[in-house]
Amino acid sequence: MTMRWFYYAAPQTFYGLAGRLWPWLAALALALTLAGLWVGFGLAPSDAQQGEGYRIIFVHVPVSWMSMIIYLAMAFWSVLGLTFNTRLSGMMTRALAPTGAMFAFLSLWTGALWGKPMWGTWWVWDARLTSELILFFLYLGYMALVSAIDDVRRADRAGALIAIVGAINVPIIYFSVKWWNTLHQGASVSLTRSPSMAQLMLWGMLLMALAMWAYTLAMVCYRVRTLIIERERHTDWVQALPEVAGAKA
Amino acid sequence: MRWESWSEFWYMGGYGLYVWGSMGMTALLLLLEIWQARVAHLNTLALARSELFMEQE
Repeated sequence: MTMRWFYYAAPQTFYGLAGRLWPWLAALALALTLAGLWVGFGLAPSDAQQGEGYRIIFVHVPVSWMSMIIYLAMAFWSVLGLTFNTRLSGMMTRALAPTGAMFAFLSLWTGALWGKPMWGTWWVWDARLTSELILFFLYLGYMALVSAIDDVRRADRAGALIAIVGAINVPIIYFSVKWWNTLHQGASVSLTRSPSMAQLMLWGMLLMALAMWAYTLAMVCYRVRTLIIERERHTDWVQALPEVAGAKA
Repeated sequence: MRWESWSEFWYMGGYGLYVWGSMGMTALLLLLEIWQARVAHLNTLALARSELFMEQE
């Protein structure tokens, strides 16, 4: 079993695996998005307090979840990279970062568009909002750092430190609504009690969350292949790839 | 389906700007990211190909 993991951790084998996976994941993301939009905008009732404005949650909650999960995934790969010194780890961390940054930005953007009509303000320096803003800056900091260091292995190690240290911010975001008296409402979905929302609203949100998961996995599989070619383009196996060498026999 | 007409759908009970501003920005950024990833992949393949042919000459 361990042998198997290290087998796929070799860039050469992962390149092939990711190439086979991403089209399926992309198709799954599209199907889940269409289903989620249909449930969220076609079937789900309007909210008693927030009218139709609540429908922002069908994108706000999934992008916010993903912004946190992706950062944790980056920290996970960074720990593996520092521990086992595998080549793939740094590439996976880099492949995740732009998507995570985009989701963190979208979380802030859609949150502001929800806040204006509901709270009367685009932004407050509230614990939840501020810690999410810090998450966005951590993504930007990670990307700036790894692109500023020319030696890729050194860049990966420096980036891994930001990813691991910054991960402490993720539980702070998640629990901020419990620990501090925030303007942001508490969790709508929790593992310990039944959700405080109607079934169809919940389904719309969960379908959209799964769609964002599939999108992220597809995007990471796609982007890590670009990074693998970039770094290993002087190796025999990359030079033998049909997409590089051309369609010669 | 719970909408009487398209205009009612776009109006979103008065929250149209906020709902469609959220959905629109999300769609825009996802499409931009997909496009950017595609361009980066093709550029990297082109780089690898050109270096390979330079070595062969």
